[in-house]
Amino acid sequence: MEDTRLPNTSVDDIRPPRTSIGAIGWLKANLFNSWFNSLLTLAILFLFYQIIPPFIRWAFIDSLWTSTGKECLAADGACWSIIPANFRFIMFGFYPYEEQWRPAIAIVLLVGLLIFSQYRRNWKKYLFYIWLAGLVIMGVLMKGGILGLTPVETTQWGGLPLTLLLSVFGLTAAYPLGIVLALGRQSRLPAIRSLCVVYIELIRGVPLISLLFMSSVVFPLFLPEGVSLNAILRAQVAIILFTAAYIAEVVRGGLQGMSRGQYEAAEAIGLNYVQTMRLIILPQALKIVIPPSVSILISAFKDTSLVVIIALYDLLKTTQSILGDPRWMGFSAEAYLFVAMIYFICCFYMSNFSRKLERELDTGL
Amino acid sequence: MPQTEPPVPEGDAPSKASFWYDPKVRAVFYQIIALAMVGMLAYYLMSNTMANLERQAIATGFEFLEKQASFEIGESLISYTAADSYAKALVVGALNTLLVAFIGVVLTIILGTFLGIARLSSNWLVSKLAAIYIEVFQDIPVLLQLFFWYAFFYEMLPGPRQAINLFEGVFVCNRGLIFGIPAAHPAWKYIGIAFIVGCAAVYLLRRWAHQRQDRTGQIFPLVRVAAAILIGLPLITWWLAGAPTAMDVPELKGFNFTGGVSVSPEFTALLLGLVLYTAAFVAEVVRAGIQSVSKGQTEAAMSIGLKPGQVLNLVILPQALRVIIPPLTSQMLNLTKNSSLAVAIGYPDFVSVAGTTINQTGQAIEGVALIMAVYLIFSLSTSAFMNWYNKKMKLVER
Repeated sequence: MEDTRLPNTSVDDIRPPRTSIGAIGWLKANLFNSWFNSLLTLAILFLFYQIIPPFIRWAFIDSLWTSTGKECLAADGACWSIIPANFRFIMFGFYPYEEQWRPAIAIVLLVGLLIFSQYRRNWKKYLFYIWLAGLVIMGVLMKGGILGLTPVETTQWGGLPLTLLLSVFGLTAAYPLGIVLALGRQSRLPAIRSLCVVYIELIRGVPLISLLFMSSVVFPLFLPEGVSLNAILRAQVAIILFTAAYIAEVVRGGLQGMSRGQYEAAEAIGLNYVQTMRLIILPQALKIVIPPSVSILISAFKDTSLVVIIALYDLLKTTQSILGDPRWMGFSAEAYLFVAMIYFICCFYMSNFSRKLERELDTGL
Repeated sequence: MPQTEPPVPEGDAPSKASFWYDPKVRAVFYQIIALAMVGMLAYYLMSNTMANLERQAIATGFEFLEKQASFEIGESLISYTAADSYAKALVVGALNTLLVAFIGVVLTIILGTFLGIARLSSNWLVSKLAAIYIEVFQDIPVLLQLFFWYAFFYEMLPGPRQAINLFEGVFVCNRGLIFGIPAAHPAWKYIGIAFIVGCAAVYLLRRWAHQRQDRTGQIFPLVRVAAAILIGLPLITWWLAGAPTAMDVPELKGFNFTGGVSVSPEFTALLLGLVLYTAAFVAEVVRAGIQSVSKGQTEAAMSIGLKPGQVLNLVILPQALRVIIPPLTSQMLNLTKNSSLAVAIGYPDFVSVAGTTINQTGQAIEGVALIMAVYLIFSLSTSAFMNWYNKKMKLVER
């Protein structure tokens, strides 16, 4: 057989040219693969050169980390001192100073629970009881009044715990309501279906802020004389009512994803409606909708910041009130960047988790 | 299904479910219970409300709309004074909401499309930058972004005397955005009319061209002719009217600018925050839409001899748009709903004006009902449009 290889060259010697592998090859393929892309790359690099060094100088080199507001005014760089100097207030609001270890533990507990529940091997029945216990412990820690803990009025709750509680409690309480609404919307009974459709479309059609307004000015009128709910609970109710409509739509997506055969099979073995839903349909449908539910948790977490408008002291409002303090006026950029970072880390973590879950749960069906 | 029923023994009645086990009876029964529960809840809330209102001596009804509002509104598209009625104040607010929503939607679609395409760029740097932008702006609450831009205008930008000159005749300072416009001249009105006439002509031309193509298969160079009409017609009008070139440019006089158009910091901050936030979501929608069209479609279109422009127009876009438009509409609706956050930075949108009205009159229920009604009208008309669009764009299966 004729040897088609070039004479005097072994296989080892025929390598790709140096310019198409390694760092140079990567650069050529990804940054300079056409004249337009080369131009774009150079323009962006120039922009980086214009923006990044001044930003680093502002944020790190010329910045102050432990000083008073007055000293900051004289400096050129960022005044990060606003964060450590007011850290406790930004984080916990008007919660009594000596008792702030309690919300701190509550936050750690909540974050621990969230991290614990992200592993699928922990998705067992006991997880539900752990959450129930966790939420009760958090409630006791925050509220006090028993076990020798000084009672703290809910009006004094604020900062990060308030943000977390409003969103996590909101989602937890809204989920059952959302499932009921979704089932109602899929129901064959016209009266129940139209009630659910009207509720869902009504809530999804209006901004959250209108519901929060309602919670602050209209809810008090709904209650009988002598009964009053405090502002935080009313806002929590508004958030639950709002989130439930969105959950209903997500769950409906899962229900519609079930094949007709599942219902027929359940009917064939003689299950009634409640049994069909509880044993056959919901376990499968809810599994499909876990990733979109995490997205709803992300929106709920971001949306709780709207309680600023009805003057609740959540994370954003505590930061704002620091900026209203004459000693720290004028350092909005630093303070808002810090709060934005907290929100970003939480949301980024959750959305990554949701994407990972989507890949894992995608069984190709 | 009479065929499948087991044969019933002679004389025995068919096994009919007893009254309470009949599914039809149960269905009616459940619905009556549900309606009764909702009715009772409504009655309970209503009676409480009535009792409370009576105790606080608040009149119900919408008569307050005709009373004098007696508060000023910073920005208004129509003439408004504090002596006007609440109804007119609310109209001003609704118009402000529409204004910010309209400009916001246009800018968001432009920026979002740009970012979505950048996300798919073969340039690593461009694609990664777009990805970072999308992730960062999606993950920060829009209210926080609004506060940031508001503070940006009031704290970080210099006063009018040191205003930053972005381009020729465009200034940014803590009084907002100030830019020059062509000086008033009757010609501009005719140019506007010429543009509208041009749009109508292009629409008719497009219909004619499509019909001709269906009939004869000949393709009309629509894009080029349309561009010529849309640019040419106003340009000729401008030239015929004597080619006015005078500009009304902003000038620094004393402590502030005179001339030109100035946009308030509140409006600019609101627009900036809404557009930058929503564009991140729109970018993802656009990316998903483009990726939904498989590469085989492009290759097939090219193999039957279509030109690149035709491939885009006749094959890619119709399919991508079918995926893009529904989520895009819901993002536009989100932007409109989020524009209600204007109340937090003092831009007089509908919610803000309604809030002031509630505070002044105490008509909380009516005020909140009005807010909800206005936004419901926006959403319902959008979903009506969506239904119409989905019907129009539904795949015609042959």
